[in-house]
Amino acid sequence: MALRVRDLTLGYDRHPAVHHLDLELAEGSLTAIVGPNGAGKSTFLKGVMGELPPLEGKIERGAARVAYLPQLSEVDRSFPLSVKAFVAMGLWHRTGAFGGLSRADLSRVGEALAAVGLTGFERRPISALSGGQVQRVMFARLLLQDADLILLDEPFTALDAKTAADLLAVVQRWHGEGRTVLAVLHDIEAVRRHFPETLLLAREKVAHGPTDTVLTAENLFRARQMSEAFDDDANVCARLAEQPAKRGAA
Amino acid sequence: MSWLIDPFADFAFMQRALLGCLAISLGATPVGVFLLLRRMSLTGDAMAHAILPGAAVGYLVAGLNLGAMTIGGVAAGLVVAVLTGAVARFTALREDASLAAFYLISLALGVLLVSLKGSNVDLMHVLFGTVLALDDAALTLLCAIATVTLVALALVYRPLVLECADPRFLRSVSRWSGPVHFLFLGLVVLNLVAGFQALGTLMAVGIMILPAAAARFWATSIGGMLAVAACVAAISSVAGLLASYHAGLPSGPAIILAAGTLYLLSLVFGPSGSLAARFWPRAHLEA
Repeated sequence: MALRVRDLTLGYDRHPAVHHLDLELAEGSLTAIVGPNGAGKSTFLKGVMGELPPLEGKIERGAARVAYLPQLSEVDRSFPLSVKAFVAMGLWHRTGAFGGLSRADLSRVGEALAAVGLTGFERRPISALSGGQVQRVMFARLLLQDADLILLDEPFTALDAKTAADLLAVVQRWHGEGRTVLAVLHDIEAVRRHFPETLLLAREKVAHGPTDTVLTAENLFRARQMSEAFDDDANVCARLAEQPAKRGAA
Repeated sequence: MSWLIDPFADFAFMQRALLGCLAISLGATPVGVFLLLRRMSLTGDAMAHAILPGAAVGYLVAGLNLGAMTIGGVAAGLVVAVLTGAVARFTALREDASLAAFYLISLALGVLLVSLKGSNVDLMHVLFGTVLALDDAALTLLCAIATVTLVALALVYRPLVLECADPRFLRSVSRWSGPVHFLFLGLVVLNLVAGFQALGTLMAVGIMILPAAAARFWATSIGGMLAVAACVAAISSVAGLLASYHAGLPSGPAIILAAGTLYLLSLVFGPSGSLAARFWPRAHLEA
């Protein structure tokens, strides 16, 4: 089991954004998270990374090492770092805070850059990269992290078709290597073609399982309705509202 | 050439001033480079004010005593640094606002304490430095702080760079984010205290930030910036001390103005991102 989530509620300022989620991800599964804006997809990934403590419920990470590509990265792109130095940060698990980079590590960096099509970019400053190149660099760093569970938050948004296809190939390579991948995506067609499993999220779990059984017209319609309904009454947890005695605990 | 060498060859106080300034140049400028890269340039200024009440308490308790004023300054600076960092990390207030609040409280307290003893010439030394009257203890302190700073920065270089460039990634792979931030703020405080021994509380920030800002126009890597900044600070120290000797200027402001001149020259003529690069661009690369 790469990830097990039980009755998980996550939120900000006690306002729940993900409600009572139960989920199990098998090791080596390739899962897309789909749902409307504000459905709690990014919040869920933050919860798995431990950036947001659960308001309720439990998250068990079976994977030894987890890598995470956030949607709004806090990378300071004006920082004077070369592509090589930036990507090499992905080797933190080998070097730690103090260790140096061995010759083997440097060749790993070269291989990772080759895998994302950035051979020859080693000495470029990250400030000189285009948006698509930055995302390729982020993937090269993810490759070096050698993680068992990889979380991607909208990894292909705002990329041209070629870049998206190249990076999707990297995701498929991870899948082939038996790593567990969980990716937030908005392109339903791409999910149908390339992701065997899907979690449909609209603050609550709408459905989870094989993609073709999850992404039905009926489920997608329900997800949109649930999301809109929640927005009208986003301040309190609906389940607790049904039980006035427990409202104080919300 | 004798005007360049003689002051340092003939007078022990000039030698001591030079040694003290070079120690500050080595210790404070790398801290300044990281402040600049973290967009915390004004943090140094705020911290310098935050140190004042500690130094004033030291002065009130023990007179113009280096040890007491140093301990007081470091304590006041660290208290403000820790409170600022804690508020920024655990509440909705951002780091800049949190720091502004605490340093203003600290500064008011400092001014209050200073005025308790009325006006005093000795106290002017605290505010404007005494680089031409550094004693053995002060020199030892300056060199020790520079050494500690360089060793500490070498040790935490990787987590510090990562905390600046991609803090969220650092948090995802390690628990270094908090410790390295507080350690860095500690180094800022230590170096400001070192700086105020020689240049005064008001001038200490100058030797930290101006060389770093100048270096941005010369180097495109962190290593390059660190090297250029240290050189700018060292050259400013020599130039400022010479100007002070030959023209009878106060030494602290002379050193900082020398650094300021180098900054302005870099701003205009530096090869990377300067005004010259902006308004007189060279031809783009062609095959």
